[in-house]
Amino acid sequence: MERGAFDARPTDTELIAAELIDTGLIDTGLIDTELAAELARICGDANVISDPQQLRTYECDGLTAHRSTPGLVVLPQSAAQVAAIVAACAARGVAFVARGSGTGLSGGALPRADGVLIVTSKMRSIIAIDPASRRAIVEPGVTNLAVSKAAEPYGLFYAPDPSSQVVCSVGGNVAENSGGAHCLKHGFTVHHVVGLEIVTPQGDLTWLGDGTGASPGYDLVGAFTGSEGTLGIVTKVVVKLTPIPEAVTTLLAAFTTMGAGGAAVSAIIGSGILPGAIEMMDALAIQAAEAAVNCRYPEGAGAVLIVELDGPAVDVEAQTTAVRAICTAEGAYEIRAAQDAAERAAIWTGRKSAFAAVGRISPAYIVQDGVVPRTALPKVLDRIGELSAEHGIRVANVFHAGDGNLHPLVLFDDTVPGEQEKAEILSGRILDLCIEHGGSITGEHGVGIDKSRYMPRMFGADDLDTMQLLRCAFDPGGVCNPGKVFPTPRLCGEVPGVRRAPHPLVASGLIDQF
Amino acid sequence: MTVLSIPAELTSACEQVTPASPGDAVAGTQARYVAAPASTTEAAALLRAAAGLGLTVAARGTGSRLDWAPAPASCDLVVDTGRLGKILEHTAGDLVVSVQAGVRLDDLAKVLASAGQRLALDPTGSTGTIGGVIATGAAGPLRYRYGSPRDLLIGITVIRADGTIAKAGGKVVKNVAGYDIGKLFAGSYGTLGLIAEATFRLHPLPESTAWVALDCPDPASAVAAVRAIADSPVTPSAIELVWPSAAEWISVSALLEGDADSVAGRAGRLTELLERAVPGQSSDHTKRSDDQGTLLRVAFWAGRLADVLGAIRAAADQHGLDPAIHGSAAGLLEVVAGGEAAADAVAGFVAVLRASLGALGAGSVLPATASAVVVHAPPAVREAVDMWGPVQSLELMRAVKNQFDPEHRMAPGRLPGGI
Repeated sequence: MERGAFDARPTDTELIAAELIDTGLIDTGLIDTELAAELARICGDANVISDPQQLRTYECDGLTAHRSTPGLVVLPQSAAQVAAIVAACAARGVAFVARGSGTGLSGGALPRADGVLIVTSKMRSIIAIDPASRRAIVEPGVTNLAVSKAAEPYGLFYAPDPSSQVVCSVGGNVAENSGGAHCLKHGFTVHHVVGLEIVTPQGDLTWLGDGTGASPGYDLVGAFTGSEGTLGIVTKVVVKLTPIPEAVTTLLAAFTTMGAGGAAVSAIIGSGILPGAIEMMDALAIQAAEAAVNCRYPEGAGAVLIVELDGPAVDVEAQTTAVRAICTAEGAYEIRAAQDAAERAAIWTGRKSAFAAVGRISPAYIVQDGVVPRTALPKVLDRIGELSAEHGIRVANVFHAGDGNLHPLVLFDDTVPGEQEKAEILSGRILDLCIEHGGSITGEHGVGIDKSRYMPRMFGADDLDTMQLLRCAFDPGGVCNPGKVFPTPRLCGEVPGVRRAPHPLVASGLIDQF
Repeated sequence: MTVLSIPAELTSACEQVTPASPGDAVAGTQARYVAAPASTTEAAALLRAAAGLGLTVAARGTGSRLDWAPAPASCDLVVDTGRLGKILEHTAGDLVVSVQAGVRLDDLAKVLASAGQRLALDPTGSTGTIGGVIATGAAGPLRYRYGSPRDLLIGITVIRADGTIAKAGGKVVKNVAGYDIGKLFAGSYGTLGLIAEATFRLHPLPESTAWVALDCPDPASAVAAVRAIADSPVTPSAIELVWPSAAEWISVSALLEGDADSVAGRAGRLTELLERAVPGQSSDHTKRSDDQGTLLRVAFWAGRLADVLGAIRAAADQHGLDPAIHGSAAGLLEVVAGGEAAADAVAGFVAVLRASLGALGAGSVLPATASAVVVHAPPAVREAVDMWGPVQSLELMRAVKNQFDPEHRMAPGRLPGGI
């Protein structure tokens, strides 16, 4: 059969293809030869992966509960290559998903079996640092921490610090609007991104914003940041750099109960102090951290609070005294203060290891990312305790207490039948609890594939429909990371300029269109 | 004289609808009706009725910035937010406030101050409303530390052109669920829909504030002062620059906020760095010139301050103008050409300045690194200049507009490219 001899009526064929893929009869990675050849022409053979074994490497991001082997993986080395790849996909109506370092925790970079995974990890150059303007221009595959390291000689750093900052990419941070322990004071990714070069879902290279943070017209930089890879692919990022604070003090306060720790958090914020970070861990999380990294937190703690203060030395000194007094008044029985980097690291070790550490006390776990108003923390934590008891599932609490961002770790044994389902039900109830208290289903991990089903609990149909107007403006063809964020896609009406070529299955002669 | 009759659809949707008077014109565009809904649902019914009648719509708060941006091409209905004046919820412990769009900034500030808090936005004049501040993206000196409305807005309720009520964001500071529609509406000048309610992150009201100022004889020393302040560890909340005319000295000032002891200590440190301190007298060095005439907003990368100051003065010289320059030394200056300046001179000045700013970006991977936008101007100047100037990704902006307002009835023409 001659290639390209078909008109644009691929629907039935696509359905068949999808069925064959679903049943495992067809491996899109092997059959998508024409697209693979074109992508190889764009990026070079070595940068296109179609071998099924190698494709499996990319079947999930940091959230391993969702897996799907991509149809093809491509590793572009330039913005122009990304644009050409996207144009090739768009012309065929083939879905594509962007992936940075694959550390996301909501399945936002979950590939599609019928799509192309575009991995930005080979786009790693720091293009420019402009210390006088406090700006850096970087490629999307640059790691978060690499930006701060490059800025350090100028006394500057890149403020958003997700806990995966050693490996996570700036492009991924933009997609997810990543936070981190210090966003309480310093803000999220969206507060630090002032320009984006993107490839639109049609394959056009364009700039959003001009790096000033005050470019004329709609704030497309702000709207794009946090859109979870559904509006296009970032190929360059202009970020703000922040002066490294003159002084930093980290305090560790141990309390016998979570209630006392929570009261200390409220009292600190109520006093007008805005710490860089306020983190809290409960007894179970501490137990896990001790087992994993031997962090030597005070014995008998029902809760530990980590408070980090940064700023001018005189302020940090005064605030340290004030925070100590507040913690003591709220019942802290031991307070440690770290003055240098090594002491600080010792305090942070337990907190930073907490997610991985629960592996020491539980075979499997689900991390949630709900947010509640800070004032609702005590009530919500109590209720999580009750829910945990009711469901017979343990929950370890590690969270960003300053901004009410909970990370309940729902612990279960995946070898026991029914445990995972119970854990998932409990997770859902925790999110409901957050919504009931006026909070959010996700503070920093994103909605992705994992939480899209919870979106209607937080937003009405009109709200979701309105958000998707933005989606339709950028991606009327629905090819850019489809199936993420929203439980049901919005039909965008007329799709201008998108012509569908024959499905690769048809083009390659493997199946007939009838 | 004919009496304009008000369509029954409008009066049945909204209790308060009146014929427009000449004073209701929006930046010179005469309106036909003025409606003042008293609730979000009433406003939605009003917009639904307006959609049914095919009316063009512009929102108005107190009108303090209504002449910002190009005039709408048409404005059948002015939606006055004056009756949307409720502070819906202020949870002091969470440092969050939810308000209706018609709440005035100064009224809100009083309520928040009683709880020792503030919304950290200080645009010139505080008589404007929340809705207006968001729609125009207005911010003052505090922008240096706290950003503009888009940075403090954490939730929004809007009414779309067809009357659909939609919300995005929420009441918690940290929240990444769904698209951030608030960012789109910040600076949208009413072109996407009506802002009905907004929720903001708040900050503690500082116990003490002080301005430390230095008068500099020339741009080079002013730039050096700005750099010294920015690089010092005193964490200023603002760095302002005021240069009333080419012949005068340039005042550079830093705002310090915090506990009394801390502010005193930091002011002392900064004073050692600079020359003299003027604690607690913010008015003198942040004083805006009379902004009658043409107001130009110049955004740029802070490291190019010297080039930008030079470019402004050179372009002005070339056209016989001597504008006042003031604003944030960190990359957003305002340039005021007096009302007496000839329209063609102002237009020529703007063209030359834009060309110079364009040249600043040469060698950068970005196609543009600066902009000069005419925020407001006398009618003759409006006629003579493209107020927005060159804008990137205009096609994407059009696509956004077409989705939210397919009939182009919401403040048509106020944004670049006729959006």
